[in-house]
Amino acid sequence: MLRRLLALIRKELQIVLSNPKSRAMLIMPVVLQVVLFPFAATMEVKHATLAVYNQDSGSASVEVIQRLSRTAAFDKIKLVHSGPELREAMESQEALLAVAIPSDFSRRLLARESAPLQTILDGRRSNSSQIAGAYVTQVVSGYARERGAPATTALDVRNIYNPNLHSMWHVLPSLVAIITTIGCLFVTALSVAREREEGTFDQLLVSPLTPVYIMIGKAVPGILIALAQGLFIAGVAAWGFRVPFTGSLLVLVVGILCYGMALAGIGLFISSICMTQQQAFFGVFTFMSPAILLSGYVGPIENMPLPLRGLAWINPLTHTILIMKGVFLKGFGFSQAWPYLWPLLAVAVCTLTVALTMFRRHIA
Amino acid sequence: MSGISPRRLLALCRKESYQIVRDPSNILIAFVLPVMLLFLYGFAINLDINLVRIGVLRLDDGPAAVSFEEQLRGTPSFEIHHGASLQALQGAMARGEIRGLVVIQNDFSTRWAHGQSAAIQVLTDGSEPNTANFVSAYVQGAWEKWQEARAPLSDGTPVPGLELRQRAWYNPATISRDYLVPGSIAVVMTVIGALLTSLVVAREWERGTMEALLATPVTAAELLLSKILPYYLLGMVAMALCTLVAVVLMGVPFRGSFLVLAGSSTLFLGAALGFGLFLSTTLRNQFEAAQAALTAGFLPAMMLSGFVFEISSMPAPVRLLTRLFPARYFTSSLQTLFQAGTVRSILVPDCLFLALLMAFWITLTARKTTRTLD
Repeated sequence: MLRRLLALIRKELQIVLSNPKSRAMLIMPVVLQVVLFPFAATMEVKHATLAVYNQDSGSASVEVIQRLSRTAAFDKIKLVHSGPELREAMESQEALLAVAIPSDFSRRLLARESAPLQTILDGRRSNSSQIAGAYVTQVVSGYARERGAPATTALDVRNIYNPNLHSMWHVLPSLVAIITTIGCLFVTALSVAREREEGTFDQLLVSPLTPVYIMIGKAVPGILIALAQGLFIAGVAAWGFRVPFTGSLLVLVVGILCYGMALAGIGLFISSICMTQQQAFFGVFTFMSPAILLSGYVGPIENMPLPLRGLAWINPLTHTILIMKGVFLKGFGFSQAWPYLWPLLAVAVCTLTVALTMFRRHIA
Repeated sequence: MSGISPRRLLALCRKESYQIVRDPSNILIAFVLPVMLLFLYGFAINLDINLVRIGVLRLDDGPAAVSFEEQLRGTPSFEIHHGASLQALQGAMARGEIRGLVVIQNDFSTRWAHGQSAAIQVLTDGSEPNTANFVSAYVQGAWEKWQEARAPLSDGTPVPGLELRQRAWYNPATISRDYLVPGSIAVVMTVIGALLTSLVVAREWERGTMEALLATPVTAAELLLSKILPYYLLGMVAMALCTLVAVVLMGVPFRGSFLVLAGSSTLFLGAALGFGLFLSTTLRNQFEAAQAALTAGFLPAMMLSGFVFEISSMPAPVRLLTRLFPARYFTSSLQTLFQAGTVRSILVPDCLFLALLMAFWITLTARKTTRTLD
């Protein structure tokens, strides 16, 4: 029986890997994504343009502008000379934010009166402009301190696991999980649908293989592909992008395997309820996009409303991202990873069982 | 060769429409999926971090330390977790139960009384950089407030000085949903476009019905149009549905012109459907076309369209690359139309690029289609 199973697995892998085009589809996107996305998926603010509308001719305003221009986040300071010009710079998104200095700014500062300074953020990009606004606040309060505002001592802030808050350290471990999702789901979900369309599924059913073996034969290639893709991305993360790898390599491998099993279960489940490849494709997508949204990768899970937090918790991608971040940044071993591993196994067991019953029903 | 007979085109469109209507998954894709995704985008991605869980460890029983802890507890953005020891709290942080940790050292009150720099340590979970930034900013804010409240007691009147006033245009309350939802409509529509068309030509090839079609007097132009028009209509209905859901159910303001919205949606759908058809025509295999459409459609739309991740912050080569994806122009058009209104300086270049991409993909597909005919 084992020999037959191996033959089935080999056949499945051959279908996916023998055709150069479909082989390329499993390799090229992964390479492209791992090269591109770490640079793109960042919440940091860089190369931004700051518009300054200076109505003041005093020295204090010049000082503030000079300090702002030294901020690393702002590549360009655009001086505007009228209200409409300011509006135009903001409206066309040329500037991410603007600072307006009133005409009596220097005089009021000298007279030790309260001197207001106006920052205008682009609400269309409120996250980035708020981050940039915080930089402006830092610069201005630094200046205020030097001018003798009440001295406030700074706090001793330490960011553990990622001291300089590199966004890549957060993005790459998450990508290990996100990118492998596509390959594994496709291989498992579309394979049964294809056999159905081509009529070869009936042939498989009349072979001596029992439904359990057919299912294992369909699941294993997907898991192997997930493992290969996951290890590749993890390798690029560790050596190419120099993300520290502090945990156990074994936990990384076990984590990807468990996630592969959960994905294979979901893929086979989709496969078992679809008649055509098109439907299976839609099914994969219907699962995948909410899974990515609810994984905590784009927006934190804590901020979601309660029902969505529940969904996020049963989402295997959520746990896999936490395992990947754990082994990369937090030095996870098995004991720390276990709380995230068992939900993956539970999802795998549930979906594989359901898929199996659906297969059996088809035979009956 | 390229002549179009209205009767034949109509017949082909009818055949295609029957195929769409008879497969329930198409209806699911065009109507149910967009609404579901839009709701998820609207509620799952909330970047306004209004509540973070932090741990506080106070090793000092002096009055200053107690009052600073109270200040932290009184900050509405914090949910405070107590821990017995540093190890316990650090463990909670490793498990992601808390995102930050404030340690008030045992000599805090003494040092504060002597005017020395205060002994407070803030540890944040760097594995979530965005949240970590919020944690340190919030603790800093609480710390400054606490000092301000105490300063008049120690050294007389507070000094008036620089005062920073912040305002956000277009989205005064800086609600992240208001700018994420228009952007996510672009992502959703990219996906719908790719999903709808990437399989249609490949399916004809796989099933062998393409040869039958080629044997009829149908011209390449008719064939191409019949694959675009029904899906274009379906896409426009999905787009209208998305807009309706965003404005009516989710309360996102719409300040632009609906006519311009329809125009840019048409150009965008032209580009997205053209791209899907191109993949389908060149790959001739549903599995490959599907995977290519998803890889080139969904993930770039999510990462490179500027809907969450700011394009101007990306390195120059990546910025250049974003120009190849129609989703980028559609995202910026939608964000502008919803939040700012009909701004010519943004919408005109966006629409030009969309038209260019549409022309590019449709011409390319047309060329591929003609080649297979002879």
